[in-house]
Amino acid sequence: MSRTIKETPSVLEASLLTGAQAAAHAMRQINPDVVSVYPITPQTPIIQTFSKFVADGKATTEMINVESEHSAMSAAIGSASAGARTATATASQGLALMIENIYIAASMRLPITLAIGNRALSAPINIHCDHSDSMLARDSGVIQIYVENAQEAYDYMVMAPKIAEHEDVLLPVMVCQDGFTITHTAENVSMLGDGEVRDFVGEYHIPYSLLDLNRPTTQGPFDMPDYYFEHKRQQQEAMEKVPAVLKTVQDEFYELSGRLYSSIEPYKIEDADYGIVILGSTAGTVKEVVDNLRDDGKKVGVLKIRSFRPFEEEKIRYHLSRLKGIAVLDRSMSFGSYGPLFTEISRCLYDTEPVLRNYIYGLGGRDLFPDQIEDVYKKLIAGDTSKATEYIGLRE
Amino acid sequence: MSDPLKKYNEIPIGGTVIASEVKQPETGSWRLGFKPEVDLSKCVNCLLCWINCPDSAVLIDDTDFKGFDYTYCKGCELCAETCPTDAIQMIAEEKPVDEYGRKKA
Repeated sequence: MSRTIKETPSVLEASLLTGAQAAAHAMRQINPDVVSVYPITPQTPIIQTFSKFVADGKATTEMINVESEHSAMSAAIGSASAGARTATATASQGLALMIENIYIAASMRLPITLAIGNRALSAPINIHCDHSDSMLARDSGVIQIYVENAQEAYDYMVMAPKIAEHEDVLLPVMVCQDGFTITHTAENVSMLGDGEVRDFVGEYHIPYSLLDLNRPTTQGPFDMPDYYFEHKRQQQEAMEKVPAVLKTVQDEFYELSGRLYSSIEPYKIEDADYGIVILGSTAGTVKEVVDNLRDDGKKVGVLKIRSFRPFEEEKIRYHLSRLKGIAVLDRSMSFGSYGPLFTEISRCLYDTEPVLRNYIYGLGGRDLFPDQIEDVYKKLIAGDTSKATEYIGLRE
Repeated sequence: MSDPLKKYNEIPIGGTVIASEVKQPETGSWRLGFKPEVDLSKCVNCLLCWINCPDSAVLIDDTDFKGFDYTYCKGCELCAETCPTDAIQMIAEEKPVDEYGRKKA
């Protein structure tokens, strides 16, 4: 391909960007070989912005405008197997429609980047944020990173290909940003230079590509009962190797950007007695409540989980096991059981002391206010030991 | 068939099959009484049979049609079906042919 990229100047100070625009800028700088995508609220501005970059000659990506998300992931699987760096994006029903192919992409060990704008699942149809869409893919074998704001969305989109394509990993990565709260909210975002990102992600390389005619392969074939189990075990092994790779990539990113990340973010939890565990944008509000309660002398903290898959049990246990009480705030439900984050946390703390409470909040974009978070902490401090799931802000 | 089954960390990831490491099953044993035969005098070397053969059982010599490899031909008849000049016919298994399944002179 002879088209060249019109470079954006290397030094970019903070720009006012939505999470969606930030993700699109990361994609422009990565300049994937192929992006196959279908629009869906609230993911649309990611791909709309990126399409404009391609149309304006700021990225040389081959855009495939497919007819559905099922096709988007099918095309991505074909493209990634052929040997092309590939990305896609989706949300909600789109993710649900894509789900069988998400499993296939993960099982075929294809390092595809997925930008997700988290949105509730139908029915009733709802375009606002919760995590029930990406939780659908919880067991699919993709790496799942939940970000708190537009800056994290940009940063993890830049890191995603490097994590996904690492020879020990070779798995798709989902960068999940809360629909509207992050995707449509403008914040100051500090970007790297185009050249810096290009050098950071490097050349795309996978061990076997279909277009490598010197080493012909068949990909995505059939397994009898004598080998299927072994291939599933390989996926678990790849996931087990992610934490080390994630750390390396985050450390390299720190050297480049000055922004240090970890698979979890403990906030004032070191000396806390009571903590909240949470995913995504709400962590920002919880931190503010923690600051206010700390001013009143309450020993509270919050643990934000960025990497939900893999779930870094040891690290999480280290921060939580000595607390007196923990409230896990889930923004999705597993009907008939507890929230998915709660079941993880309770499993990893099963032989420890803390009292555990499960709260469901924010389904279908229901706002969560600081005073409601404060109530959660106050109940914990009061020694509430109820085992029942509570619903914050639900009329009951 | 008697090869020991491999452990999970001894096989390529993702179910990838590396062509050079694969033992080709001799699919010729699947034929049910009929095999392809070519009349070279009718062949126009279009290579449609070569493109369509699912088992790479149509042999070529550089760019020239050569004949069939019965070890792998499973008798699906795609070659005979796609042959535009009817140079390829399906014939009874026991009928003698020349080398590479060519019609006896």
